[in-house]
Amino acid sequence: MKRYSAFAVAREALRDHTGWGRAWHKAQPKKRYDVIIVGAGGHGLATAYYLGKNFGITNVAILEKGWLGGGNTGRNTTIIRSNYLQDPSAAIYEKARGLYETLSQDLNYNVMFSPRGVMMLAQTEHEVRGYQRTAHANSLQGVETEFISPKQVKELCPIMNIDGPRYPVLGALWQPRGGTARHDAVAWGYARKCSEMGMDILQKCEVTGVRTEGGKVQGVETTLGPIDCDKLGLVVAGHSSVLAEQAGFRLPIESLALQALVSEPIKPCMDVVVMANTVHGYMSQSDKGEMVIGGGTDGFNNYTQRGSFHHIEETVRALIETFPMLSRLKMLRQWGGIVDMTGDRSPIISSTPVGGIFINCGWGTGGFKAIPGSGWAMAELMAKGHSPLAEDFGLNRFVEGRFIDESVAAGVAH
Amino acid sequence: MLIFECPYCGVMAEETELTAGGEAHVKRFGPGSSDEDFETYLFHRENPKGVHFERWRHANGCGKWFLAARCTNTLEVFGTYPAQTTRPPEPILEAIRAKRPGFQWRDLA
Repeated sequence: MKRYSAFAVAREALRDHTGWGRAWHKAQPKKRYDVIIVGAGGHGLATAYYLGKNFGITNVAILEKGWLGGGNTGRNTTIIRSNYLQDPSAAIYEKARGLYETLSQDLNYNVMFSPRGVMMLAQTEHEVRGYQRTAHANSLQGVETEFISPKQVKELCPIMNIDGPRYPVLGALWQPRGGTARHDAVAWGYARKCSEMGMDILQKCEVTGVRTEGGKVQGVETTLGPIDCDKLGLVVAGHSSVLAEQAGFRLPIESLALQALVSEPIKPCMDVVVMANTVHGYMSQSDKGEMVIGGGTDGFNNYTQRGSFHHIEETVRALIETFPMLSRLKMLRQWGGIVDMTGDRSPIISSTPVGGIFINCGWGTGGFKAIPGSGWAMAELMAKGHSPLAEDFGLNRFVEGRFIDESVAAGVAH
Repeated sequence: MLIFECPYCGVMAEETELTAGGEAHVKRFGPGSSDEDFETYLFHRENPKGVHFERWRHANGCGKWFLAARCTNTLEVFGTYPAQTTRPPEPILEAIRAKRPGFQWRDLA
């Protein structure tokens, strides 16, 4: 596969861009693979990439029922941060954020990581205390965050109305090395490298059944025929319960719709990411100039990848109190994704009751930021049977009561 | 927007009038039960892609809890019934069977 570089761009410019090859091969399923990953989103592709890069396992297929990166990877608001309260979360999210720093170089693919800074607004006294606590926890965990004053908030984000009256800004938790990245590019970059290592990416290949024998996985039934494997990784977010049922076990997961929307593009007006938990909204400005706004989840189980208008109204109504300039903006697009929620709002990276099957799910409303760390831990778990980053995120924590309670972490209604 | 008929006050209630309360007909396991039963009761949910039975509350209305049969994949509502019920009424199950042959939810089919 050809390297992307400034020289390659110049070379192709001179020959009408006729020399660019496919970013990943079009593959036909083989009869058998060492590892099958179900789900070619960010987490699935990252798992495959680190299996190859860190452990030399390249006889891998990545199955995707739709198109690559078409699920939550293509539907999120692209925010990257690691300011979590609990130690296991901070470890894995900070690992991910750290990997994002050099991901473009590692993948030879510009993922446009932009560490522009993320602030989480404290708009009630309760939040002030909560975020001060998180800032202290982060200092101990080695995650760079600080609690900043309303004046600093206003300096960093002048378009904000910090005076209220209903939602005054009392401070914020500021992570200067948080930011955003181009979500599609993350999936495409990983896919290109996986393909380069000889892995097969099979799109429009839906898993319809999981074959097991004597409590161990044998392979999967797919719309492209049966495929055998030694190990199976399920990385399918909202559809985890459906696949787990096929494999014969249950998950502590409920699938809900989370939605987001973007405005018409405007001139640059905000160069940080702002999350406002009290008003259930978060916002950043994309490189195209659109204001990217994330809202809350529906309160009920839902597999339809769309939102509902009254949630948009709620989100925008609250946001314009803090960002009055939004009131004149037209909204362009709105969409939904199916998020997989666990009881403690922390992910599951775990072996399962079926031998050879591993699951990576439960990222809920905040999976994009974790993609590199999640793939890193999942690959280690699948290759070695044990991963320090993943060990607290096992399925058994629900039996043993060892929750990693991050239920206030994502800053949205859930 | 979802619309349910409240089985108590008979109002056709819109989603904004209602609060979702999670899965219906969950059997409670308390002190003295096995770890597995307790875990299942607390955390494991059906989460089907298809017909689901749920608790809803007519929060901005009569304030009462009721149960509903709804498809999570199409958002189609098959009917609502009072909360003091351990099993969905037969007419609702009939309506589901007619539209979703082969439907299964726990031991209901």
